[in-house]
Amino acid sequence: MRLSGRAWVFGDNVDTDQIISGKYLTLRDPDEMAKHVFEAARPEFPSGVRKGDVIVAGKNFGSGSSREEAPVVIKRVGISIAIARSFARLFFRNAINIGLPVLECKNYARIVEGDIVEADLEAGILKNMTRGDTFPASKMPKFLLNMLETGGALEAYRRRHGES
Amino acid sequence: MSVRAAEGGKHNVLHPGDIVVLPVDLAMAQDSTGPLAIKVIREMGIQKLWDPSRVHLVIDHTYPAADEKVANLHNLIREFVREMGCRLVEGSISHQHLLESHVVPGMILFGADSHTCQGGAVGAFATGVGSSDMAAIWATGKIWARVPESVKVNLTGKLEKGVFARDIVSHFIGRVGEDGGNYRSIEWKGPAVKTLSISSRACISNNSMECGCKLSVFEVDEATRDYFKKVNRKPLMEVHAGPKANYVKEYTIELDELQPQVAEPGHVDQVKTVDEMEGQHVDQAFIGSSTNGRIEDLAISAQILKGHHVKAGTRCIVTPASRLVFEEAITTGLAETFLEAGAVFTNATCGACVGTHLGVLGENEICISSSPRNYVGRMGASSAQIYLASPATAAASAIEGKITDPRKYL
Repeated sequence: MRLSGRAWVFGDNVDTDQIISGKYLTLRDPDEMAKHVFEAARPEFPSGVRKGDVIVAGKNFGSGSSREEAPVVIKRVGISIAIARSFARLFFRNAINIGLPVLECKNYARIVEGDIVEADLEAGILKNMTRGDTFPASKMPKFLLNMLETGGALEAYRRRHGES
Repeated sequence: MSVRAAEGGKHNVLHPGDIVVLPVDLAMAQDSTGPLAIKVIREMGIQKLWDPSRVHLVIDHTYPAADEKVANLHNLIREFVREMGCRLVEGSISHQHLLESHVVPGMILFGADSHTCQGGAVGAFATGVGSSDMAAIWATGKIWARVPESVKVNLTGKLEKGVFARDIVSHFIGRVGEDGGNYRSIEWKGPAVKTLSISSRACISNNSMECGCKLSVFEVDEATRDYFKKVNRKPLMEVHAGPKANYVKEYTIELDELQPQVAEPGHVDQVKTVDEMEGQHVDQAFIGSSTNGRIEDLAISAQILKGHHVKAGTRCIVTPASRLVFEEAITTGLAETFLEAGAVFTNATCGACVGTHLGVLGENEICISSSPRNYVGRMGASSAQIYLASPATAAASAIEGKITDPRKYL
């Protein structure tokens, strides 16, 4: 799985309430919720994000709540992959389950807002195409990679049960 | 974990990083995560849950419903419970309800709520997951998990007057940072553990989530055994760390030296001592949440508020963690003390902590809260500021309308 896009750069400890505030969870419709993604932290994000864009963040991205809507809204606005120094464990699980690719890379800080990056999930490599850098990144266990390639846990379940 | 993982698949000795399949004893979702789990399980085409008696749906985040949307979500949950024959709980915070009524040592508990790790207080394997994971558990009774590295926290000495379990865990989060426990299992050990009540341990295990941990565990001891005798529930098994247990990190906290702690707005790890924050004006003091809404929290708050009045221009909201705590607060006279002091005493709900009702903050308002999170916009307006502290510090601050050292009132 190879994904590339334009980077939106975030700092450390971006919590789930920053991604989608609890008060919007009752909207239920992911498109409605997605209008409020990063509302307080990056008000320009919902209108500026383009399909295929990439999130690049520091450590502990998605900390806090178990709300699955956090990766859901990120995926819904068109983000192709979230790259971070590290992910909070709940966000990591939820992201894979809903089919949002995630990659951990220690060299995240060498990506600047607007850079074009390319992530290779099988090889565990992150490239900064704008600056010509290549960095080692995390490798995902095969069964999780398969789940992502299928589009998430629900899709994987449907395929196993021949309902797709 | 090894022993129980063996039931779920073919595992022998486990090491951190191993992926295992665990059999789940109890699976919980609440009114914020439950509707999505229900949607997923419907999309999976599941007609029958793996074991409805082990599936608990708890309406706690906004109870009773604060608006029409929430009311409809609650009804969706009730309908699902009727159809599937699983368990419904209304009006107690899930973690406290499970501690009061279901969790036992050795149990494997998964909850679609991050603070599920509270169950570690009594030696259960307890952690949070999202809605899709929860739906998968409802369908199969199993879940994959990565074996976590362990961290040991050695507690020594004894807490001074005015310093509480919340101050221990706040101090720890400040020390290790918001991600200091990410993916890890925290084990609370040392001679001071025996001085901590089960409720205090629950506060610590619950709030440990704020450094990202997967588990936050107290080994079963005499206090745990006494507790389960008293509530008449039989432990499944006692899990103790062996002499060869490996820890990636070890910490010691000398309780005698600990001061009341306050976390500054925005991040849970921006922790200072109360004297560094004293004098900061507050519009609201919130005492409650699954972290600090137990009877011992309400009792110390009432002791501080007794004979005083909440400062004009400041609101004080007291929200118990469960129906049982609510009832006990009434029968023991604590509720009366809160009302006499001019505080608002609400039913049990997550309420103000999750910013849904009963204490939502308006623009630029400042709150001191015993709840677990001070994220931007957590309790309402994005411009509102949340300081985190023990219930005692919140109560003392309510009296003065500014952040106040609780030791003044004890």
